[in-house]
Amino acid sequence: MEEKIKARIMDSRKIKRAIHRMTTEIIERNRKLKNVVIVGIRTRGIYLGKRISKLIKDLEKVDIPVGVLDITLYRDDFSELEAQHMVRKTEINFSVSKKDILLVDDVLFTGRTIRAAMDSLIDLGRPKTIQLLVLIDRGHRELPIRADYVGKFLPTSKREVVQVKLKEYDNCDEVLITEPSGLK
Amino acid sequence: MAFKHKHLLGIQHLAASEIMTVLKTAESFLEISTREVKKVPILRGKTIINLFFEPSTRTRSSFELAAKRLSADIVNFNRQTSSAVKGESLKDTVLNLEAMNPDALIIRHSCAGTPYFISTFCRSNIINAGDGAHEHPTQALLDSFTILQEKKSIEGLKVVIVGDILHSRVARSNIFLLKKLGARVVLVGPPPLLPEEFKNFGVQIDYNFDRAVESADVIMMLRIQLERQQKNYFPSIREYRNLYSLTKKRFRRAKKNAIIMHPGPVNRGVELSTELADSAESVILKQVENGIAVRMAVLYLLLGGKESEATD
Repeated sequence: MEEKIKARIMDSRKIKRAIHRMTTEIIERNRKLKNVVIVGIRTRGIYLGKRISKLIKDLEKVDIPVGVLDITLYRDDFSELEAQHMVRKTEINFSVSKKDILLVDDVLFTGRTIRAAMDSLIDLGRPKTIQLLVLIDRGHRELPIRADYVGKFLPTSKREVVQVKLKEYDNCDEVLITEPSGLK
Repeated sequence: MAFKHKHLLGIQHLAASEIMTVLKTAESFLEISTREVKKVPILRGKTIINLFFEPSTRTRSSFELAAKRLSADIVNFNRQTSSAVKGESLKDTVLNLEAMNPDALIIRHSCAGTPYFISTFCRSNIINAGDGAHEHPTQALLDSFTILQEKKSIEGLKVVIVGDILHSRVARSNIFLLKKLGARVVLVGPPPLLPEEFKNFGVQIDYNFDRAVESADVIMMLRIQLERQQKNYFPSIREYRNLYSLTKKRFRRAKKNAIIMHPGPVNRGVELSTELADSAESVILKQVENGIAVRMAVLYLLLGGKESEATD
């Protein structure tokens, strides 16, 4: 399917600034920074999480571990999926019990991914709190979920697709709004 | 690459890439069994029936735990306590169970081809958990999974399979799988239990264990299946032990980092010395542990996604 780029919302500098601001907010809001652990949702949440962890280390000299969460097994649309979803590893090598978890994802849309991620985290233990950080909040929630830290609010139509690209995975930093063309 | 089969009847008809899909998926499932809450919700609402017409401890409980850890409901059918002893035919038993609307049937039977036969008239997904001396696909998959954990790659490895090859479905499934992934397979056993025809599978045959074990990477020991032998295939257990038991002395001829495998149950002191069975080189219990992850992967791949897309 062809897609056409409608707008370039963020570039590398804007993404960097947003991450910097959100990191400062995290430090402000979590007085016990040592109790915070980061869990990134596959795939781009991992890289955002790693960037934030590094920035906290630079600013506050605190090491924050970053875990990886694969939510395939917790999806609620499993039987509706067109093809099988490859299950990949969840790698959380620390206990989540009594921790303040910072859950990180690139785009917040319906909220269903976050619902699945929270179920998955609670199966791993009993966290003290779960906070949510997203680079883009594009609206259209289907569940009562909101993010604690938002890089950018981006009103979109449901037809549009928000693409976050990160250097570590896509070789460049940018946020695009695209729309599938050809199909009405 | 997706796994597009409706049933898992054997290894013979799988492509190498499909086998790798199962093994890769299993890797992701391994961690779930080490969690405090050993359960994920993905197969919630699915019903699976364990249909075992032959005794089993490992395979049956392994499938049962695999299903439960994926949140499926599983029911165990036991031949001894079922209507089969009242003379109900296999087909009737299966049709009655199917009327209860299960999603998958896991079948073990002493007759080769039973799972295939059942798949011809059932709408459920059929998984072969061992049929006679034909195939035992999940065992071969978990064996390769275990080898991959230890050796990183199967291609080019020398794998020696020793024992009652003739009656072993484990051997057959392993031969198919290991050949597809590029291993060099050498079969060893007393001539009556190792017919020349096995050469047609593209494997090497050797009746001399001492020679065959030379520079082996993996040594897979099999049990003498007395329950499948109507006649005597070798003069005595003592002679069998002298020629085909894996002892420390024999094991020294293998490669330095060689591993010892056994599908279980082990007859200690017959095919494998107790000392070696409990040694650091033995991965027998790892095989059991990995069995759950591999069976979770199989259940996930068969019961997941859209049914209409599946073939065979």
